[in-house]
Amino acid sequence: MSRIGSYFIFLGTLFRNREKLRVYLSLILNECTLIGVGSIFIVALVNIFIGAVTCVQTAYNLTNPFVPKNIIALIVRDSSILELAPTLSCIVLAGKVGSNIASEIGTMRITEQVDALEVMGINSSSYLILPKVIASVLMFPLLVIMAGFLAILGGYIAGTLAGVISSEDYISGLRFEYKPFGIVFALIKTVVFAFLISTISAYQGYNVSGGALEVGAASTSAVTNSCIAIVAADFVLTQLLLT
Amino acid sequence: MIDIKDISKSFGGRQILTSIDGSFQPGDTSLIIGGSGTGKSVLLKCMIGLIKPDSGEVLYDGRNFLTGDLNEQKAIRREMGVLFQGSALFDSKTVLENVRFPLDMLTEQSESEKVERAQECLQRVGLENAADRMPSEISGGMKKRVGIARAIVLNPKYLFCDEPNSGLDPLTSIKIDQLISEITDEYKITTVVITHDMNSMMEIGEKIMFLYEGKKLWQGDSNSLTQSNVKELNEFINANKLIREMEK
Repeated sequence: MSRIGSYFIFLGTLFRNREKLRVYLSLILNECTLIGVGSIFIVALVNIFIGAVTCVQTAYNLTNPFVPKNIIALIVRDSSILELAPTLSCIVLAGKVGSNIASEIGTMRITEQVDALEVMGINSSSYLILPKVIASVLMFPLLVIMAGFLAILGGYIAGTLAGVISSEDYISGLRFEYKPFGIVFALIKTVVFAFLISTISAYQGYNVSGGALEVGAASTSAVTNSCIAIVAADFVLTQLLLT
Repeated sequence: MIDIKDISKSFGGRQILTSIDGSFQPGDTSLIIGGSGTGKSVLLKCMIGLIKPDSGEVLYDGRNFLTGDLNEQKAIRREMGVLFQGSALFDSKTVLENVRFPLDMLTEQSESEKVERAQECLQRVGLENAADRMPSEISGGMKKRVGIARAIVLNPKYLFCDEPNSGLDPLTSIKIDQLISEITDEYKITTVVITHDMNSMMEIGEKIMFLYEGKKLWQGDSNSLTQSNVKELNEFINANKLIREMEK
């Protein structure tokens, strides 16, 4: 409980005694490049294959001849948009971005770079972490939009190449019973996940004391705690927004 | 001038500092010496506001640093320069960017003024040719000099150096000591250096404070260092073979 309390106090420090806006602009742009552009490859790769696997596995399980083939595409579409693209991509990003944030800030902490900022009278948590949080909240939704598209594309390629569904069936399935709120729901989830991953990882890194061993442990905790927060928030948001 | 009064600090029930008093004058290079784990770095961190002491006062030219409001503390911090033990250079910035960082963050100077001032400071520490290099590309001694350049870029009134010679060879250590001493004289800065290096004590220690188990046991100048009656101080000094042989 005390760690949760300390996390919320830490969140408060991000927004108090901030530096001038112009200081953050270049930092945010830089972080957007590192977090967003730097994650495109892994997110794309994971989602193409996840979409492909979902399509083939769904086809494998749909043995009833009375169920139309285009249902496969509908399942790929809905599971990709509602769950796989936002949640699975954010779990991948917790591993990539979260561990990076924790180890970067943790290393800055143990090499006294954070202290150097503090003695200059700069709010180190706000200066170092706020740009990462803003960049994550801006870039994660873009990555998830791309992830959803690529997962559906991956399903199409795998399904048609494996011969489990025709191109026409897949496209008709994608158009069948489409609810646009699914995308809004995915983006809301992603923004929440982005905030959780960036702040939890930064909190772990910022509170490191010791040496390289502790930085490694903080990085591991950042990923573990972020994943726990993601699945818990996923359940809460699904209950709140889809029921 | 910096005055510290009755500074005490404990961590988890363990007393680290006990009622430390002292005064550090402008234009002097004052040394805080003592063995490892005697509380030197904790005292320095209390003085620069990185650790809040349990009790006591730190006065910068009469201004209480610990009880002042955020703006007063910020104003005092802007008059400080700190050289950290590991130099604490920002890994992602070049040498020049590191030196101009305080100017970027804390002043409204134009781009050309900032670059000019940062280059002037790099020139002062003899590193004008290393401006575009990254911290990972320079030696430990060079990092210390960049750290000094960053510490003096805002023309500080108070300069703090935490073990400026740690990890350096004797020759580079002497150069760093001389640089700190020259800068202190040149700009009439109140300089406080934490060290356990005997060469530094003999070279630059104008005023010396000796800490032992978190208590101040002795304060004086370098000339009277070897004539003290404090057993712990004598043991500390005589741990150095060279001093022992000099005394014979």
